[in-house]
Amino acid sequence: MKILTHPTSSVDSTMMFIFVAAVLTMPIWLTPIGAAYPDLMQRFVIFGLFATGFNILFGLTGYLSFGHAAFLGIGSYTAVWSFKLLGMNPIPAAIFAVTVSGVFALVIGYISLRRSGIYFSILTLAFAQMCYAIAYSDLIGKFLGINLTNGETGLRVLADDPRMLDGVLTSGIDTSALTVNLFGLDLTHTWVWNGFQFNAGFYFCAFVLIIASYIAMRIFRSPFGLMLKAVKTNQNRLNYTGVNTKPYTLAAFVISGMYAGLAGALLCITDPLAGAERMQWTASGEVVLMVILGGMGTLMGPMLGAGIIKFSEQKFSTWGKPELHEFLAFIPDGIRDTVVSVASLFVGSGWHLTLGLVFMLIVIFLPGGIVEGGRRILMIVTGSNRRNRQIQAAAQAAE
Amino acid sequence: MSLIKKNLDRRGVLKGSAAAGLAAPMFFNGSAWADGHAYLNAPKGKSVTLGFNVPQTGAYADEGADELRAYKLAVKHLNGEGDGGMMNTFKPSNLKGNGVLGKKVEFVTGDTQTKSDAARSSAKKMIEADKAIMITGGSSSGVAIAVQSLCQEAGVIFMAGLTHSNDTTGKDRRANGFRHFFNGFMSGAALAPVLENNYGKDRKAYHLTADYTWGWTQEQSIADATESKGWETVEKVRTPLGAGDFSQYLTPVLNSGADVLVLNHYGKDMVNSLTQAVKFGMRDKQVNGKDFTIVVPLYSRLMAQGAGENVKGIFGSTNWHWSLTDDGSKAFVKSFGQEYGFPPSQAAHTCYVQTLLYANAAETAGTFNPCGIVEALEDFEFDGMGNGPTLYRGADHQCFKDVLVVKGNENPTSKFDILEVVEVTPAAQVTYEPEHEMFAGGELGECNSGAA
Repeated sequence: MKILTHPTSSVDSTMMFIFVAAVLTMPIWLTPIGAAYPDLMQRFVIFGLFATGFNILFGLTGYLSFGHAAFLGIGSYTAVWSFKLLGMNPIPAAIFAVTVSGVFALVIGYISLRRSGIYFSILTLAFAQMCYAIAYSDLIGKFLGINLTNGETGLRVLADDPRMLDGVLTSGIDTSALTVNLFGLDLTHTWVWNGFQFNAGFYFCAFVLIIASYIAMRIFRSPFGLMLKAVKTNQNRLNYTGVNTKPYTLAAFVISGMYAGLAGALLCITDPLAGAERMQWTASGEVVLMVILGGMGTLMGPMLGAGIIKFSEQKFSTWGKPELHEFLAFIPDGIRDTVVSVASLFVGSGWHLTLGLVFMLIVIFLPGGIVEGGRRILMIVTGSNRRNRQIQAAAQAAE
Repeated sequence: MSLIKKNLDRRGVLKGSAAAGLAAPMFFNGSAWADGHAYLNAPKGKSVTLGFNVPQTGAYADEGADELRAYKLAVKHLNGEGDGGMMNTFKPSNLKGNGVLGKKVEFVTGDTQTKSDAARSSAKKMIEADKAIMITGGSSSGVAIAVQSLCQEAGVIFMAGLTHSNDTTGKDRRANGFRHFFNGFMSGAALAPVLENNYGKDRKAYHLTADYTWGWTQEQSIADATESKGWETVEKVRTPLGAGDFSQYLTPVLNSGADVLVLNHYGKDMVNSLTQAVKFGMRDKQVNGKDFTIVVPLYSRLMAQGAGENVKGIFGSTNWHWSLTDDGSKAFVKSFGQEYGFPPSQAAHTCYVQTLLYANAAETAGTFNPCGIVEALEDFEFDGMGNGPTLYRGADHQCFKDVLVVKGNENPTSKFDILEVVEVTPAAQVTYEPEHEMFAGGELGECNSGAA
């Protein structure tokens, strides 16, 4: 019955409280590592949301989708269309993005979930690449004779778009800047206090992330979540006992698709431009890496994974030899040049090499991701492993 | 959220309307911006940071690498190192060779990956984390337009690098964005008469076009210009950017009845499509009783180098070429050559010039305030930058100057001597009205200094 033991609600509330505090104070505690600027923090939060949603499917049911970037892109395009037609308010944009990506997820999920394992992964990958090709060449737009995705250039809000609700929701406020505003609050605005940057868009995304993670936590702890875990453990056995698993997996697929759509909308809320490259298979692969790196099936793992990948992407991909020389200044001059020329292969455009290496190490030595690593360290520090065993031994003796 | 409520004012709520309040710069001269107007990323220390956002990976990576070389050279010259390059020939100039406004010029670089998403993210990082006061770069019009509108929203200046789409200073023009490079319309206007002289009036053209804003507007420009000379456009086919293999698009060309192939491709795409077209034997074919020919409207030496033998005798247009013999070009080629050991490309040239123009505008205005820069650059006339007398038109922030028509050199004397200049089309012949139909629908708007 081990599967039924899960943390008590008080543990969950403590964790949630720490999480909320950590997210809201990001602009402060990220400053020492040079990551406390709005664009990167928005990315942490948005991709954290994307990974959290993906984890509901992958972490709980074990179904590995290689096409979730499609929903990210669909969410983005829907959001920008909402800006173009309804105005620069993020709330309708987010609602439409979630709805439309949910509908797409229902269709793609219904077809893909007829298969499992590698066939499921390939089906989702194929659908995502189809969506990418359609968006990139704007095939539907060409068919309908309108500019639906604007192809390679990307879909943007233009000055002459109707934006019908702009006058209604934000009367008296100039919206000609074409930035997203929440009933008049410009989401690109940054308050600076003691050098810390508090960005309105970041807090909007953080707020959405907190709600979404709370929902994810409730799903994890619900009977529905338990059923999803059962699917992962042994779907055949469930089928033999007369349970139809399809509605459960499909629901998980749609929910995670909606999370991805919401993340896509947030990308456009912080920067109103939707490009097709968001739907490419590399983006789908990235979210898989995030979840595995952080710890699949854990609540906080995917968010950690997303943060680490986005942080290293920003740092390593912009490094070159001068930065390495500075960073490795402690090495004696003679050897440093050699070290730098080797290390420079792993930064800049070669930073994917670093990512690949780290990913391999994690998968080989820490299959449970960073969360498992943290747990192991905690056990070593507190010695709780030994104590647990003693408690277990005592319990057995008592029986 | 309590942090914000406690410590920070709420003025930002009205930022949009406040920005509009900064309007009407026409009543001030440059120095009016020099005193006390707050603006985003105002440099506080002894240095000022510029952001160089170029493609370091993808189909335009070669151009991006050369742009970066030019930027680094420009920074050197601005800081008074090296031989000064075009700073010696640029006039009228207020540049002193001691940095800009007494501040040492520093820079950060970013990789656009030739993707709008990545380019905007990289530009945002430069503005937010590195406090860059100006963003420059390009090599893809899609990217340039996306970054230009980002800079407008953020409140920094965007000096476009290599971007050739009409839209950059047409329907997507922005007050904070400036382009020195020429555009598709100018290519068409310069190229069409030369094509007519060489190939006659009765020609059927088949377009292969990179499927994004640059390709679309160049295709339209070339088609319009050649049709006005009597040519017929048989077919326009769009190809994805970075396609690699173009054979599926080239096969139908020979059966279409067309006798001219217009390749609206750039960078590695052009190298691939041209090489494959030549391998298909197209240039040896006879169609409609005429020799089948290929035209590459936007040429660059880097591409020509990549395509090798295949470019011989092929016509195109270019913004600048290193073989020009005016003082500015010679000075630039010399100092670029000393630094890197080979001549600069047109991409390098335009980026170098843009950096100097920006620095000079800052010196003229006496401030880095974007609104001061805009005012100093609008309708600025200058010379000695390799293109003859040039006007930075205030109505659309586009430079007007001579356009070069070039041809692949039949007998190259060195591996850089690949293109020969056939004709220098005077600026007057390629000038158009700001509201010309191919450019209409754009609105510069007000300059944005990012001050809240």
